[in-house]
Amino acid sequence: MKQTPLHDIHVAAKATMVDFAGWSMPVSYAGTVSEVQAVRTKTGIFDVSHMGEFRIVGPDAFNLVQSITTNDVSRLQPGEAQYSLLLTEEAGVVDDIIVYCLAPDSFLIVVNAGCLQKDWVWFEKHAGNFPDSALVDESDLTSLIAIQGPDAVRIGSLVLGNEFTDLQRFQFALGRYNNVPITVSRTGYTGEDGFEIFCENRVAEQLWNALVKEGAVPAGLGARDVLRLEAAYPLYGHELDADHSPWESGTGWAVKLKKGDFTGKRQAEIRRQQNLNKLVGITMNAKAIPREGCIVLDANSESEIGTVTSGTFSPTLQQGIAMARVSIDRAAPGTDVVVDIRGRKLAATVVTLPFYRNGV
Amino acid sequence: MSELPELLFSKSHEWVRIDDDIATVGITAHAQEELGDVALILFPEVGRVLQVDEKFGEIESIKAVSDLFSPIAGEVIAVNEELETSPELVNDDPQAAGWLIQIRAFIPMDTSELLSAEEYDELVMEH
Repeated sequence: MKQTPLHDIHVAAKATMVDFAGWSMPVSYAGTVSEVQAVRTKTGIFDVSHMGEFRIVGPDAFNLVQSITTNDVSRLQPGEAQYSLLLTEEAGVVDDIIVYCLAPDSFLIVVNAGCLQKDWVWFEKHAGNFPDSALVDESDLTSLIAIQGPDAVRIGSLVLGNEFTDLQRFQFALGRYNNVPITVSRTGYTGEDGFEIFCENRVAEQLWNALVKEGAVPAGLGARDVLRLEAAYPLYGHELDADHSPWESGTGWAVKLKKGDFTGKRQAEIRRQQNLNKLVGITMNAKAIPREGCIVLDANSESEIGTVTSGTFSPTLQQGIAMARVSIDRAAPGTDVVVDIRGRKLAATVVTLPFYRNGV
Repeated sequence: MSELPELLFSKSHEWVRIDDDIATVGITAHAQEELGDVALILFPEVGRVLQVDEKFGEIESIKAVSDLFSPIAGEVIAVNEELETSPELVNDDPQAAGWLIQIRAFIPMDTSELLSAEEYDELVMEH
């Protein structure tokens, strides 16, 4: 199993380690619920160094990125980032990514750890059409630390200096930490304000320890999954996959059909028009926890109308919550539905997403 | 006050404390650690009759759900209602305050498949 540069710190902190996409990663330290509460009320710190980073540079870099991602890269100024998707020719989702514009001819793409190899093959294949671009996989050279929570910007500024304090959401800046280059981005995956900090591996431990010393609470993948679900961020392999279009996965907003041509656009236009499903939020009316794969039924006829893509108990809402892909005519907030939880048919309600976000 | 009777353990990670014909049942310290933060318990109805190894409920953490099996045959006489508002007691004190159900055991009691603390520790170590 692969280890991040922070592996020894996690083990020394007695984290429970699990295999995630071939990486040994901390699933929890003190316990998922207390870690979720730390992020919602103070600040949590996450090791997300397993995620992949591809750099694309050269005169053709913009054209390459614009032609293989769904969001409109022409809207990005240097120092700005955007959420985007890679689509198959059939308009299924290859991966969801963040595109960082470093310069007009230089981009950084952050990809999911579990999709990294597939994405790399896919990038290389398309890069062939843009000979004036170069592709570099920087994943093994880069550590990524996220601090998230109402106190995260204050803590980040204490450790990194004030030059990042005024970044707006989805803006980033280059700087130095102990004379080592870092990239600090006002982004995250928890529904809280905060920073994601890219750094060279050699400074990761030092940076982690400094942030923890200022009060950031280590949080694992368990908390991260609860937080992203409360904030209604889709996760590849759950909400997103190659079989479903962005409009069935809550990410249609990131597909700009009016920009120029891009991979999957033809089928995307068709699948958008013919779309019959929508990703919705569901809350259980009584105490119960919906899980991925649970069938969603019409409250009256008990006919099948959809499937839960992710579910958990929300410590923030003190309620069972889920995202589910349901028939578009049963997707309106307030619709009564039934979720089949291991044979028990339990009343639930369609609600507006997200379940919870704190000003982001 | 007399000492509490010793705990016996099932291979499916429940403990049982037998006091005369009253059996108190919970999940082991090892089981709660594996499960993580407990969020919800699905209890049997009081009055239900359970056979040995019969599923009597479910326990759910944030990340997983686990079936609960009765280590002893008898009739459910109580469930730990405190857990409905404070499920974290199962994590904090799994082998006392975090008990799940009480059973009035059928006599004669069959404890032949249950393990001592030492035997249970060995079972856990093997995994």
